[in-house]
Amino acid sequence: MAEPVLRAERLSRGFGALRAVDEVTLELRPGEIHALIGPNGAGKSTLIRLIAGEVRPDAGQVLLLGRDVSRLDVARRARMGLGRTFQVSSVAPDFSVLQNVALAVLGSRGGVFGLWRNVMRDEALTGPAREAIADAGLSGRGSVPAAALSHGERRKLEIAMALALQPRLLLLDEPMAGMGVEGAAELGALLSRLRTRVPILLVEHDMDAVFALSDRVSVLAEGRLIASGTGAEIRADADVRRVYLGEAA
Amino acid sequence: MTAAAVQAPARRWSREARVNTALSLGLLAVPLLAMAAGEPFWVTLATRAAILALAGVGLNLALGYGGLVSFGHAAFFGLGGYAAGVLASHGMSGRPIVTWPLEIGGTTQMLAIWPVAVAAAALGALVIGALSLRTTGVFFIMITLAFGQMAFYFMVSWPAYGGEDGLPTYVRSRFPGVNTMAPLQFFAIAYGWLMLALWLSWRIAGSRLGLALQAARQNRQRLAAVGIRPKSVLLGAFVLSGALTGLAGALYTDLNRFVSPAMLSWQTSGELLVLVILGGVGRLFGPVAGAMLFIALEHLLGGISDYWQFFLGAMLLMVVLFARGGIMGALAGRDG
Ligand SMILES: Nc1ncnc2c1ncn2[C@@H]1O[C@H](COP(=O)(O)OP(=O)(O)O)[C@@H](O)[C@H]1O
Ligand SMILES: [Mg+2]
Repeated sequence: MAEPVLRAERLSRGFGALRAVDEVTLELRPGEIHALIGPNGAGKSTLIRLIAGEVRPDAGQVLLLGRDVSRLDVARRARMGLGRTFQVSSVAPDFSVLQNVALAVLGSRGGVFGLWRNVMRDEALTGPAREAIADAGLSGRGSVPAAALSHGERRKLEIAMALALQPRLLLLDEPMAGMGVEGAAELGALLSRLRTRVPILLVEHDMDAVFALSDRVSVLAEGRLIASGTGAEIRADADVRRVYLGEAA
Repeated sequence: MTAAAVQAPARRWSREARVNTALSLGLLAVPLLAMAAGEPFWVTLATRAAILALAGVGLNLALGYGGLVSFGHAAFFGLGGYAAGVLASHGMSGRPIVTWPLEIGGTTQMLAIWPVAVAAAALGALVIGALSLRTTGVFFIMITLAFGQMAFYFMVSWPAYGGEDGLPTYVRSRFPGVNTMAPLQFFAIAYGWLMLALWLSWRIAGSRLGLALQAARQNRQRLAAVGIRPKSVLLGAFVLSGALTGLAGALYTDLNRFVSPAMLSWQTSGELLVLVILGGVGRLFGPVAGAMLFIALEHLLGGISDYWQFFLGAMLLMVVLFARGGIMGALAGRDG
């Protein structure tokens, strides 16, 4: 099997007495969508934050493209190709869509140490930015201020920013939350197209979407990984049915 | 605040561009009219406005574009001011500034003084910025204030350059081909620097660094997530900001032919903040509008009442509560 792009190795992180993430080991392989599910408060977002470098683990390590990145900061990991979206959309609200995405191009290529050229006239930045905008399904919305976007469009903008990084993997934290049936279906189709380009670790609540999209599913409950397998295996797993699917049904 | 700054410059002659031109010409007209009317004092006021505006353009880089509320910019203003004062006084007396490990003398050439003043302020900003940027929000305000106060008390208690009495330099430093003691000619130098700094600030705002800087103001988490370290960007801007404010400090020493710890006081930091906020935070010409209004108020109200700063405070409150774009917002519209 191909070498995983991401490996979380016995990652743990507590907040006070709470073990938010408890010895979680998890892999993301090339070409797959790996879904991460679990009830609210299970530690999914914390796990994403640990992988992205926003939170320091108490124990364990993160391997990105085979390299131990545990000591690297968020920006460094992003430049290695870790693209992510946030559970609560996180963009620069005063910027236009194009500026937001150009910022991501800046981060992944060339850096910030140009003082002279006007960024928005720099084809080396706006070209890839427009491409990412089109890939995320936001064509024609480039000049709209991010603050004026609909909820669903803001989600797509985040995906466009992640794509502009030329990511080697994507971490998407509940990208479909609050999108409505139609929006979620559209986003599902987008993720499905992306799969061949970049593997995705997908945190998602929508079970239909999860089972339709993902190659593998891991289940987190109270910080612990309680099951991992194909969609069919997970559906059949008694533990999972008890802690999670049972609740949802 | 404005997203327009990083967009490609508008092709049409925007309202903001017209206001900016009017402000530039207005500031230029004051000393010319004053000389024609035989009122050289007004030239001095206009020069003061230009120099404070220059300091404000510096502060605006950090405050306006980066969202860094620095309450310590007087330190950079004072560093530039003392660099100019110390160099000039040694230049005149002929005594070297240091004799070991090598002998360094003073100078009365502005062209030599400016780089030193800018470098001193930039270095100060690098140290203060690196330490202060570990914090955010109110803590950042407090720690920059604390560093400013440290610089102030240092100069007060250091007797070599006048301590709390300050250091007179008697005559202005020289500039090739210019009689710097002639009010109008010295104004031209200050005005030229202001225009250059505005141009620089405009270029920075539209540059890669400017884009990242304005993103850092809006959302540091997002900036890091696309691979750019917010602190590096903010520190870079803070250093540029301090450097420009330091240059203004050097000119201020020459304007007054005197430098004292008052330049480093927290009131100076406060005044710089006030004039940027009055003028319009994050607006290219905000500090120009703010400095002109500030000097006008200081002169007009200061003559009527010792409590003119009370009125200034009231105006500031109005701006913060009702007109968040400041003067530029009122004249040129919310987003330029
Ligand atoms: N910064 C924090 N400080 C304290 N507790 C936190 C923090 N972040 C998360 N938690 C707690 O950790 C647990 C897991 O949270 P989270 O990872 O957001 O869960 P999920 O994304 O699965 O809903 C929750 O109980 C949450 O309250
Ligand atoms: Mg979550």
